[in-house]
Amino acid sequence: MNWLDWISAFVNDPAHRSGPDSIVHRVGEHLAFTGEALLWASLLAIPAGLLIGYTGRGAFAVTALAGTARALPTLGLVTLAVLLAKISDLTVLIPLVALAAPSLLVAAAEGVRGTDPQVRDAALGTGLTHRQVLFRVCLPAALPTLLAGLRTATVQVIATATVAAYVGLGGLGRYVIDGLATKNYPTTVGGALLVVLLAVGAQLLFAPLIRYSLPPGARAQRRSLTPKESL
Amino acid sequence: MTDEPLVRWGWIGSHLAYLRDLTLDHAVIALVPVLIALVIAVPLGLLCTRFPRLYQPVALVFNVVYALPGVAVFVVLIPYTGLATRTTVMIPLTCYALAVLVPATVDGLRAVPEALRQSATAMGYGPWRRLAAVELPAAVSYVVAGLRVAAVSSISLAAVGALIGRGGLGYLFIDGFQRTFPTPIVAGIVLVAALALVTDLALVLALRLLAPWAAHERRATRRQRGATQ
Repeated sequence: MNWLDWISAFVNDPAHRSGPDSIVHRVGEHLAFTGEALLWASLLAIPAGLLIGYTGRGAFAVTALAGTARALPTLGLVTLAVLLAKISDLTVLIPLVALAAPSLLVAAAEGVRGTDPQVRDAALGTGLTHRQVLFRVCLPAALPTLLAGLRTATVQVIATATVAAYVGLGGLGRYVIDGLATKNYPTTVGGALLVVLLAVGAQLLFAPLIRYSLPPGARAQRRSLTPKESL
Repeated sequence: MTDEPLVRWGWIGSHLAYLRDLTLDHAVIALVPVLIALVIAVPLGLLCTRFPRLYQPVALVFNVVYALPGVAVFVVLIPYTGLATRTTVMIPLTCYALAVLVPATVDGLRAVPEALRQSATAMGYGPWRRLAAVELPAAVSYVVAGLRVAAVSSISLAAVGALIGRGGLGYLFIDGFQRTFPTPIVAGIVLVAALALVTDLALVLALRLLAPWAAHERRATRRQRGATQ
């Protein structure tokens, strides 16, 4: 068996054509979980990050939190959450949100903190209130960093939602985990490839978004390719 | 959930040797790839700095690699490197570490002030000696910052290898889940986080000892940043 055989066996399996185990349905589930987790994480983390970045307070706590979050093993969090609170979509959503939130928090804080202080002073000097400075000056300037953080979070959640299939979540991870359990290699590889496609697709989708989030005049100055520190 | 306690201390007490072995296995699986990546990343980073045109495609490749989900890559590698082998888990981890370390090295080398480089040349340093004695030491704080991120992520990612049968401490999650027994899971999370923390601290200390100027430099930039606020 080679790659093409596996892929065609995966795609041509009648169960993958229609019904609850169909490819379209699984991709939809995966995207729905990802979107839901990102939405909650954004609602929690972005306002907090903006505030921390603007006031400069709690920056140390943010760095510490981001470091800790990076060190926590996803699989452990997911299995523990399910054991403690029975399986439900909400239970699995909590670790996903917990993983996405730190990237967003750090990106929002770093982005706002990175605004040129002179620009900020000038905005205050022209009579804008702090709230106006934050939303009209700092937020637009922070947008590329913030979007880069959102990209990191999206890719993380897509990958982690796959792991969460181990405890019974739907989505593409089902193919990977079920295929491994039943030694059905085409299914496992097919699922894995779909996850890769989804992750790479999300990554590519963000590139133009990040680029066009700044007005043309400001674009030339920003050429750092790697917003890795916002991880 | 029944009235099973979150942690049964008795189980931990009777499995100390087992937990130690898993931790050591985990450390090897997670950290050897970071070392391999470092050995590759420094020359690659140098090449990318010497030939800036190379950097754009290299950065693109590593951005895509970084986006690949761990489980998926492990699975795709199984037919080549085998189920439940260390190699299957270590190859992707090496790639993830490279994706962090190559940009870190390039950023570090690019941040070397031009005046410093020219002074070295003016003092009669040849290109190799300048590289070894001036540029690399000046870039070391960036490389170590990248190493910290790479090592910590690698340690937490390695646990996912348990899904294909080789994940060091990650096995505790599978074991605990299958037996509806939270103790091993809690122990696993704590040990993974502790291993990450110890590695991180070791890297910070190593930087202080081996390159005290870099530690000082970072503090100075932070102070500067604080002052501009």
